[in-house]
Amino acid sequence: MTVLSRSLRVAESEAIAYRRTWRGTVISSFINPILFLAAMGAGLGSLVDSGSGELAVPYLAFVATGLMAASGMQNGATDGSFPVMAGILWRKNFIGAISTPISPSDIIYGRFLWAMLRLTFVLVVFAVIAVLFGAMEIGPALLAVPPAVLTGLGFLTVITSWTVTQKDGLSLSTLFRFAIVPLFLFSGTFFPISQLPGFLQPVAYVTPLFHGVELVRKIALPGVDASVVTSIPMWIHFAYLLTMVAVGLYLSTRLLDKRLRP
Amino acid sequence: MSVSAPSRISGIGRLTPFRAQRIWEHNYIAYRRLWKVVFSGFFEPVFYLFSVGVGIGALVGDVSGPGGVPVSYAAFVAPALMAASAMNGAVIETTFNIFFKLRFQNVYEGILTTPMQPADIAIGEIGWALLRGVLYSSTFIIVMVVMGLTTSWLAILAIPGSVLVGFAFGAVGLAATTYMRSWQDFDLVTLATMPMFLFSGTFYPLDVYPPAIQLVAKISPLYHGTELLRGFTLGVLDWTMLVHALFLLVMGLIGAAIANRRLDAMLRK
Amino acid sequence: MTDTLVEARGLTKRFDDLTAVDGIDFDIHQGEAFGFLGPNGAGKTSTMKMITTVSPITEGKLTVFGLDPTTQGRSIRQRIGVVPQEDNLDLELTVSENLYIYGRYHDMSRAEINPRITELLEFAQLSDRRDSTVEPLSGGMKRRLTIARALINDPDLIILDEPTTGLDPQARHLLWDRLYRLKRDGATLIITTHYMDEAEQLCDRLVVMDQGKIVAEGSPRELIEQYAPREVLELRFDDEQRDDAVIKMDGVAARSEVLADRVLLYTDDADDTQRALHDRGVHPEQVLVRRSTLEDVFLRLTGRRLID
Ligand SMILES: Nc1ncnc2c1ncn2[C@@H]1O[C@H](COP(=O)(O)OP(=O)(O)OP(=O)(O)O)[C@@H](O)[C@H]1O
Ligand SMILES: [Mg+2]
Repeated sequence: MTVLSRSLRVAESEAIAYRRTWRGTVISSFINPILFLAAMGAGLGSLVDSGSGELAVPYLAFVATGLMAASGMQNGATDGSFPVMAGILWRKNFIGAISTPISPSDIIYGRFLWAMLRLTFVLVVFAVIAVLFGAMEIGPALLAVPPAVLTGLGFLTVITSWTVTQKDGLSLSTLFRFAIVPLFLFSGTFFPISQLPGFLQPVAYVTPLFHGVELVRKIALPGVDASVVTSIPMWIHFAYLLTMVAVGLYLSTRLLDKRLRP
Repeated sequence: MSVSAPSRISGIGRLTPFRAQRIWEHNYIAYRRLWKVVFSGFFEPVFYLFSVGVGIGALVGDVSGPGGVPVSYAAFVAPALMAASAMNGAVIETTFNIFFKLRFQNVYEGILTTPMQPADIAIGEIGWALLRGVLYSSTFIIVMVVMGLTTSWLAILAIPGSVLVGFAFGAVGLAATTYMRSWQDFDLVTLATMPMFLFSGTFYPLDVYPPAIQLVAKISPLYHGTELLRGFTLGVLDWTMLVHALFLLVMGLIGAAIANRRLDAMLRK
Repeated sequence: MTDTLVEARGLTKRFDDLTAVDGIDFDIHQGEAFGFLGPNGAGKTSTMKMITTVSPITEGKLTVFGLDPTTQGRSIRQRIGVVPQEDNLDLELTVSENLYIYGRYHDMSRAEINPRITELLEFAQLSDRRDSTVEPLSGGMKRRLTIARALINDPDLIILDEPTTGLDPQARHLLWDRLYRLKRDGATLIITTHYMDEAEQLCDRLVVMDQGKIVAEGSPRELIEQYAPREVLELRFDDEQRDDAVIKMDGVAARSEVLADRVLLYTDDADDTQRALHDRGVHPEQVLVRRSTLEDVFLRLTGRRLID
């Protein structure tokens, strides 16, 4: 078997497992982002738009694009943490798999393929709903799906490589509390980074979610001005996220191999 | 030894109708090693507060608080986050943690072979959950004071207020857990708490909604907790706060009664 | 006579339409070791749970220490120690904390509990694991800890539901020794077990339950005398000879049983039977003569159904 066909087997096993667990992901993948869109975009939007008027786009559009990238992050981070720990420690399906011709790197590539599929589906659904809310136009919204998927894959791979070095599940919750939640709140999802105190702005500029959010916004809201996005060229965002995926893949295949075949 | 020999139990143990404090002792021992995990739960609402304070607040400007008084956006949202932290602390405790002990470890079955009773467990666990909720909300209010988001002395009353929030959610959480069959059912917990967090007048006054939706939002228990704490931290008292307090109290009592009955039926088959 | 610790009359437990315990009578006396034997699902654990007051009785009468489990459960539980069939240790706590908190549930003070913990850890041979968490302990260690936990309140009545399942032979013998000592010091024991040697070793009296009913009662000796001929011949044959031999042996002993690998003949005099076999031209490959055991009684009474 080639790497590709072995990875496809792994993706297939993920898909089979998903038939049982999809219910749990409905809430985090679909319902939560939509609730945030309704509460923050539509509800809070009515206050923001009648308030200071600092944004050149309706707040709904601003939040919807931010949430699209953030949803990619959330899904990628989730896939890269708990199921990976389960594969090693709890469900032990990784341990089972490597007693067959499947190797640790096949597991990584296979999960990557499956995540790409799932993220695409999740984000297309989100984009369509945001369009129905009136947050964006359908064309640009769909064009913004690939960058949001890319954001998710960046988080998936980097967090996978971190997870495989962890001893138990406790640190995973810590990751969400101290990395994912702050990123969600401070990387430009809900307000432009220019509002952060000066010393925090450079920090925000190097976070991966910032690049995801910027990219989605620049594509989904064509022609927005400097009150909404920075003037950083898009290729930098792409390069950042692609590097993240490449480094994440490289590290996670190495580290998972080390973990499973010490 | 004669058959009716008096037992060794004497003094206070015999007198107290409940030994709920033993459950606290148990949890205290178990949590000594996990304090970091417990403590880290405090940060999430604080992050939200910063995000609102430095970012979203600037976009929104002032909003109309209780009694129509204009307040800064951060001061408006802060008490709601405080109520949500009491809710989350109590709910995490009575759902995830209890489910594990109840369904997988059979810890309570063992406990019931000692002089402990199901009611001791129900009261003890609800009390402990409430405590965790109050721990979060009272550390949170310190942050509020430091950030200048509350200036009224009445804010002190927000702490007993969050006791009520913790009680109501802890009791209902425990009752709900007795109905849970698998981990998958916990999605329903998120499905209940997430919308409550977002739509209970947390981030904006309910009057942005049409009247029909306002009515729905007013059924949300977190709405009552939020309004109660908001009145206290903004120093605006109002008789409707009595209604909010009563709502939470009744909700907690009903939850506790159901939890107690269900635990008894589950554990003493 | 006041030395009856547990008294059951027509004791019944039903779960919906399943009758787990079907109107049983028994008396357990102060200072004895009383056994419940029976195949899986016979109703042993259900009976134990009623005695420990955690399971309400459906019908009949039950008293423990002369107290009513329905209304005086708490007073009863103060004086018993329970080893459940399945360990329910608290995996979040360490070994010594598991003991400590049970002491607290019994309202003992820290000063009372601490020396007791040391003593019990010694007893369970877990002293060196005192501060380890429970999770990584082996199955047998967990079992020993559960037993130690049941003793924290120095109970008058100790209820052990399959106490030695999962223990290695050393640990089993150690436990028998400890239980024997507890009994000598005045404790009363109620034991369920699937190990007949254990029942023979430990129990002064026992009952055999099957499908919720008591089908036999007495001391191990009495039961063997009553239900099994004195000796057993275990015969092994070549595969080809076996069927033929079985036909020839018909009626040679009081009772016979044909198993996959051997044939058992129950008889009062093995020598006589062996001679009779010879006369009938039966020549087993291997002959083993042994005394009847409780196991033979058990199989006789409850049938040779599957025993897990
Ligand atoms: N909580 C319950 N609900 C319904 N049925 C039950 C319950 N507990 C026990 N039973 C049923 O009661 C019957 C007796 O079970 P019990 O556990 O008392 O058997 P046992 O003699 O202890 O068996 P084992 O040797 O396998 O431990 C079984 O048919 C069992 O399925
Ligand atoms: Mg049993």
